[in-house]
Formats: sequence, structure tokens, C-alpha cells
Amino acid sequence: MKEAKPGWRELPFGAVPYKSSLEYHTGDWGVERPEFDLEKCTRCTLCHFYCPEGAISFDAGHPEVDLRYCKGCGICANECPAGAIRMVRKG
Amino acid sequence: MSKAITLKEAVKKPDLLASGHRLCAGCAEPIIARLVLKASRGAIIATTATGCLEVATTIFPYSAWRIPWIHTAFENAAATASGIEAAWRAMRRKGRGPLARYETLDIVAFAGDGGTYDIGLQALSGALERGHDFTYVLLDNEAYMNTGIQRSGGTPYCAWTTTSPAGTVIPGKREWKKPIDEIVIAHETPYVATVSPAYPLDLMQKAARAFETEGPAFIHAISPCCRGWRFPSNKTIEVARLAVETCFFPLYECRVEDGRPIYKLSPPSLAIAKRPERKKPVEEYLRIQGRFRHLFRPERREGLIERIQRWVDRRWEMLLEKADL
Ligand SMILES: Cc1ncc(C[n+]2csc(CCOP(=O)(O)OP(=O)(O)O)c2C)c(N)n1
Ligand code: SF4
Ligand code: SF4
Ligand code: SF4
Ligand SMILES: [Mg+2]
Repeated sequence: MKEAKPGWRELPFGAVPYKSSLEYHTGDWGVERPEFDLEKCTRCTLCHFYCPEGAISFDAGHPEVDLRYCKGCGICANECPAGAIRMVRKG
Repeated sequence: MSKAITLKEAVKKPDLLASGHRLCAGCAEPIIARLVLKASRGAIIATTATGCLEVATTIFPYSAWRIPWIHTAFENAAATASGIEAAWRAMRRKGRGPLARYETLDIVAFAGDGGTYDIGLQALSGALERGHDFTYVLLDNEAYMNTGIQRSGGTPYCAWTTTSPAGTVIPGKREWKKPIDEIVIAHETPYVATVSPAYPLDLMQKAARAFETEGPAFIHAISPCCRGWRFPSNKTIEVARLAVETCFFPLYECRVEDGRPIYKLSPPSLAIAKRPERKKPVEEYLRIQGRFRHLFRPERREGLIERIQRWVDRRWEMLLEKADL
């Protein structure tokens, strides 16, 4: 991501980082992503707590991954007690 | 005491550490930070000592912190936290200033093992002694990871690091892990707890108790680092769980009441205390980490593995005695 950044003279006092990291997409890291088997999933929510990226939400009542941020670490699949997550190739 | 935390409620709480940070895939530090922040009561200010968490969450011009956050140098997270608390109290007293309206304020300092066991120890000791009302979270990945895996006072015996290389003469680090919790408890710190990201509910409950505590609270988190400990990124939680199941890193709380430390084992470790046959050999923890590979290959170093087991056993027995078990 290349972009023009203000120099230190233009920055306000005290506030150096001025953009949310949400604008920085890490979803192109790694080669795999989780795929959920919602039949097997017990909605235990552990995958939400274990994901280092906070990329798994339950807003829809079941786990959903935000592929803009998932780095493909595979923790969720390794930890799911129901065996409901499988890692598949991104893209 | 506020309402007890449940996974069901906590899952609905928005993350205060945003996605888009640049910690390694599979890093435990953001898991721990997310869980701690989920336990906050309301108004919260964080400060981070230089280390992986700080650097990777604040790469210019981005920040992953959705709360007021203050940069700290490597050595003085506890001093910065002290200053935040002093400023808040002054504003309350004078009835003006941006913090004056907060009846409670959760102040949290995150620091690595380098920033705690070593260079930040005097700042921490001073803040504990002065009794500031803040929560200190030690993210213990057992080496200076952000600068390339150098050994620290928190690195365990025999672990390979770039400054404690493993060869035919030296078996990795030659010193034992510094007993940081005992050092903090000796300051009569009101609340001390050990946590592992493998047990999210336990971690959030302890963070909530730390925030509720008046005066300093210290949370020591084991933070497996796939990069520096040499294991695949999907094994982070497995490693964090084995640390507890082998009693290499037991989970407990310690409150100081009337000047006496009162120890209480947490459920995963209490279960082992009650059924000792459940305690796994430390070898299971060591074997899955490349930083201990030289203990098993090219040949098995039985003497060293036994020495580590004896260290684990002795410290576990001492903990059981302290917890009156
Ligand atoms: C006074 C000073 N010395 C050295 C450094 C360089 N430095 C930055 S982070 C770091 C290591 C941090 O290790 P640790 O506290 O264990 O955190 P981790 O990165 O492992 O999470 C070092 C040596 C610094 N920032 N300031
Ligand atoms: S860990 Fe597995 S069972 Fe639990 S909510 Fe996630 S997908 Fe469902
Ligand atoms: S693979 Fe890793 S980053 Fe992606 S959703 Fe699972 S735990 Fe999160
Ligand atoms: S080096 Fe280790 S602690 Fe640092 S970001 Fe990578 S996995 Fe996390
Ligand atoms: Mg470290």
C-alpha cells in the first residue's frame, strides 16, 4: 500500500497514528481460510475468542469470517471442539 | 463486583483492538489483548511498552487501538500508567479536565517479558510500591521477539534463542526463568493472576477482577510465539494449553489480605491438583517447540529433560503448599 503521508510538521501534537488499522487489509497474508460446517457447529463461540485477528464474528448468530483480515493462521480450525472448521485455499 | 462475565455476553462486546494490525499470523499477543479489553468496565486507557504488540498495532499512519492509547518507551510502561492515574486523580480533585467526569477508569499497561523482567523492572517495582490503581499485563513470550528472539530473564532453561544458541557445549539458555510473580507478590500487590489464552473465560474473569481491584493488579500471561518458539501458527492455543496441563505454567490468583498472600488455584490447575495423574510430563510441552528441539535431536538429552521436569515439579509443589492443598 503506497500513499502520500503527511510529514511530522503537519501532524497534530500527540496524535501520530491517525488512521484505523481497519483500513489496512491483512487478508492477503497466508494461503488458507476457514470454512465452517454450520451443521456441525455448536455455536460455542470459541473460534471468536481464539482468532488473533478478531476476524470471526457472531453477528449473524453463527460464525462468519471477515476475509479482509483473516491471515490464515489455522488456529480456529485446530481448536474447534466440534471439528466444524476446515482450512481451504483462499481465492 | 460487576456482573460475572460469560462467553455468551462477551462475544457481543465489540473488539477494542481492531483487525488490520500486523502481528504475525497465529500470534498469541492480540488474542490476550482482545480478551483483556473485553473485560473492561467502561472508560479505559491503554499504554504499551515497545515490543511486538506496540509496534505491530501502531504502524504509521495506522492504529488498531479503539481506545485512548499512549506510546511508552521500552522500559517504563508502569511509570506511564502511574502518570495516567495521577492525572486522572488530579482532574477529579479539581473537577475539570477531560478525565474529570470518569468515576472509574480502567488503566492498563501491556509489556513484554523484556519490558518487565529486565528493563522495566524498576519502573514496575516503583509503581507497585506507590500503589497506583492500574492493571499491568505481562505478555510473556519468553524472549525479546520484536528485535529478533534474544533471551530475557523470562526465557526458560534450555530454550534456544539467538543470544542463547544451542550447540554441543551450551544447551540453549543456561539460567532458569526468573520468578516474576513472586517478585510482584512480595510487593504486597493486591491482585496477581496467571492466565493462558487457551482459557478465554478464565482470562477475561481475571482481567475483570484486576480492573475492579483498588491499587495495582498484575496479570501474567503466557504468550506462545510461533515465530520465536518455532512451531506452526495453528498450534498457538495448543501450546498455551500444554503449558498449563504440564504445570510448566500453572494458573492461579493471589490476593494480599492483611499483608498475607492468599493463593487460589484456577479451575484447570485445581483439577490437576485434585487428580495428580492428570499432570502431563513436561516433555509433551517441550517436544512440540523447535526452540527445545536440541533436547530430542540428534540425540535425546535425558539429563536436561529430567532437570526441567524436576524444576516444574518443585515449583508446582511449592505452589500447592502456598495454596494449602
Ligand atoms: C531502551 C531501549 N532499548 C532497546 C530497544 C529496542 N527494542 C524494542 S522492542 C525490544 C524487545 C521487546 O521484547 P519484549 O519486551 O519481550 O516484547 P516482545 O517484542 O517479545 O513482545 C527491544 C530490545 C528499545 N526500544 N529501547
Ligand atoms: S469453535 Fe467450532 S463449534 Fe465453536 S462456534 Fe466456532 S465453528 Fe462453531
Ligand atoms: S485462520 Fe486464523 S486469522 Fe483466519 S479466522 Fe481462523 S483464527 Fe482467525
Ligand atoms: S514475533 Fe512472536 S510475539 Fe512477535 S508478532 Fe510474531 S508471533 Fe507475535
Ligand atoms: Mg518478549
